Amino acid sequence: MANMNMIQALNSAMDIMLGKNPAVVLMGEDIGYFGGVFRATEGLQRKYGEHRVIDTPIAEGGIVATAIGMSVNGLRPVAEIQFADYIYPGFDQIVSELARIRYRSAGDFFAPVTIRTPCGGGIRGGQTHSQSPEAIFTHVSGIKVVMPSNPYDAKGLLITSIEDDDPVVFFEPKRLYNGPFDGDPNKPAVPWSTHPKGQVDEGYYKVPLGKADIVRTGADVSIITYGTMVHVAVAAAAAMNVDAEIIDLRSLVPLDVEAIVASVKKTGRCIVAHEATRFSGFGAELLSIVQEECFWALEAPIQRVAGWDTPYPHAFEWEYFPGQARFKAALKTVMEPA
Amino acid sequence: MGMTKKSRLHLPRVPARPGETPDFSYVQLSPAGAVPRPEVNARARDMGPLSVELVRVLDDSGDAVGPWHPHLEASELQVGLRHMLLTRLYDERMQRMQRAGKISFYIRSLGEEAVGVAQAMALRPSDMLFPAYRQQAAQIVRGISLVDLMSQLLSNTKDMCKGRQLPVMYHSRANNIFSISGNLATQFPQAVGWAMAAAIKGEDNLAATWIGEGSSAEADFHYALLFASVYQAPVILNVVNNQWAISTFQGYAGGEQRSFAARGPGYGMPGIRVDGNDFLAVYAVTQWAAERARTAAGPTLIELVTYRGAAHSTSDDPARYRAKDDAEHWPLGDPIQRLKAHLIKIGEWSEEQHQAMSAELEALVASSWKEAIKFGTMTEGPRLNPDTMFEDVFKDMPQNLQRQQALLRKELG
Repeated sequence: MANMNMIQALNSAMDIMLGKNPAVVLMGEDIGYFGGVFRATEGLQRKYGEHRVIDTPIAEGGIVATAIGMSVNGLRPVAEIQFADYIYPGFDQIVSELARIRYRSAGDFFAPVTIRTPCGGGIRGGQTHSQSPEAIFTHVSGIKVVMPSNPYDAKGLLITSIEDDDPVVFFEPKRLYNGPFDGDPNKPAVPWSTHPKGQVDEGYYKVPLGKADIVRTGADVSIITYGTMVHVAVAAAAAMNVDAEIIDLRSLVPLDVEAIVASVKKTGRCIVAHEATRFSGFGAELLSIVQEECFWALEAPIQRVAGWDTPYPHAFEWEYFPGQARFKAALKTVMEPA
Repeated sequence: MGMTKKSRLHLPRVPARPGETPDFSYVQLSPAGAVPRPEVNARARDMGPLSVELVRVLDDSGDAVGPWHPHLEASELQVGLRHMLLTRLYDERMQRMQRAGKISFYIRSLGEEAVGVAQAMALRPSDMLFPAYRQQAAQIVRGISLVDLMSQLLSNTKDMCKGRQLPVMYHSRANNIFSISGNLATQFPQAVGWAMAAAIKGEDNLAATWIGEGSSAEADFHYALLFASVYQAPVILNVVNNQWAISTFQGYAGGEQRSFAARGPGYGMPGIRVDGNDFLAVYAVTQWAAERARTAAGPTLIELVTYRGAAHSTSDDPARYRAKDDAEHWPLGDPIQRLKAHLIKIGEWSEEQHQAMSAELEALVASSWKEAIKFGTMTEGPRLNPDTMFEDVFKDMPQNLQRQQALLRKELG
């Protein structure tokens, strides 16, 4: 075991997979010689060569399309889209092609591509470097959608994603790259070395997709969340002295419905939380499932904690972010419904 | 806003609308045999003229002339003629079957048969094809049986796509033909990725892909040329310029000011403009581009100048937007007639042989149809099990799809 931040854990996952499987190649803007704008691929081109860690033109549509073509020819590309906000030029290739190749060819062709992309706010990125577009992708049949909340999971989930024969869009909450973040920007930043999930196995291991992590067991309320909001939830529940059961989904597709349903049936109360905008967010799907499966166990209306239905403004980053105040208000409402 | 001034916006000129006289004076022609054939590894900047001239081998009297003459055996030319004729007869029959309500949709390749046939014949079976929807001829050359092609059109129990794709969106893993997408242009940069992988693996197979001049307007076309050029990928990028994208004339795809082939030099690769109805010329430029790819000399953009002889699809009526007898005035003629005339001229074919082959192929198409409908049609069984619609979304069926599969079973009783 070693102390790793999320960047180092992701780097370790790619290092291991490049070493283990000659079909694995990395591609993306600035990822090779330079090592990536967030340093996730640092040192990998030096170690594995320019033909395995490939710098690309600034053309996300071309990156996704050529990754698809490579995967059809036996490679296992891991493509980095520098910011999730930049993914849209590649959207048609993801939605109409990557997600459908297995289906439309009746399984004769498949495209094992992993697309890594940093998402979320909290780094003063403004409205073009802060988005969380995961729900746009969970709505598409045929792609898996992953979002880790800590270094240990990030590494194991990325290895699983690269080895998966289905395409995966792998969202990395960039505010969590260097440390867990509870949503209070005024507190001093905390490094991953202070957190148990910053202890990462240096070797090969997998964390399965579709298996949620019960971060904290509790009796009062189920908080269903993923990514940065896991840490916000932990801190808010502690501050409110609520015995919350906190579920980190880790992957949205496939979704661990069993874990969600078992928890809500036990606690009778539920909050769904994500950083992305509220309207048509992934929380709406979670809320529907809880309503369908747990209606008779519910003792209070389900609460949603999310970003506002606006773009992510540069000057009002913390007013946008669903931090401690918004989370505590939801906890109060769900515990004492009017 | 009051529009008091006359618009100064330029709009591309469409040569002949319904009721007008066909006019192909805009098509730049070169005499057969006139365009030099450079070495495959010549510098792209020295090959500029290829993108504005028109490579032609067959002249108006049926002779094969000039440096691009591929000197194929007569038997190979006969095979090419056979594939083109079979494609045309298959198209005619499937058009009729669509009109008879037996299939939902069809796309003919009338007048463009030389593209799929000559190009597929000039490549190796191990080269990967990323076709668009009008290269059925290439499927035939690669040996996909008519029964298999027809079963795809019928979405029946023998359909390679298990009923998931619109008719004509074929594929064949065994014969190295990628799945056709209904979304235009997406295959172009995918083919480049396939070719990059071949290069990374140190193999000498190449990828060939096709796009219409209309869909070359999509960003995917430009991604493909960019990545192909940056990584010098072993790929052949074919633009089939058949002048029309449904009702949109090629001028609206940017063909009015400059040839489509001329995009190649802009990206640092040769672009070759070739007579797309000249079997020998198409074969020769494809062979040349393949040699470039295999010797790591880089990618090639080929513009195949041809004419869409029929409607875009069975859902289209070109009488509403172009001159009715346009195709008859097309200056590059008909690819089947031209190869036939050449073979007769060199004493390797006759009208009698042609009639006999035509009758034989008609019979093959008819018997294949009879065989294909045994596996089901849109109206008569056997029918695919609806259970299968939940398969292949993912490698393993997730719980939500298992649940929905069970719900549908219940719904269907």
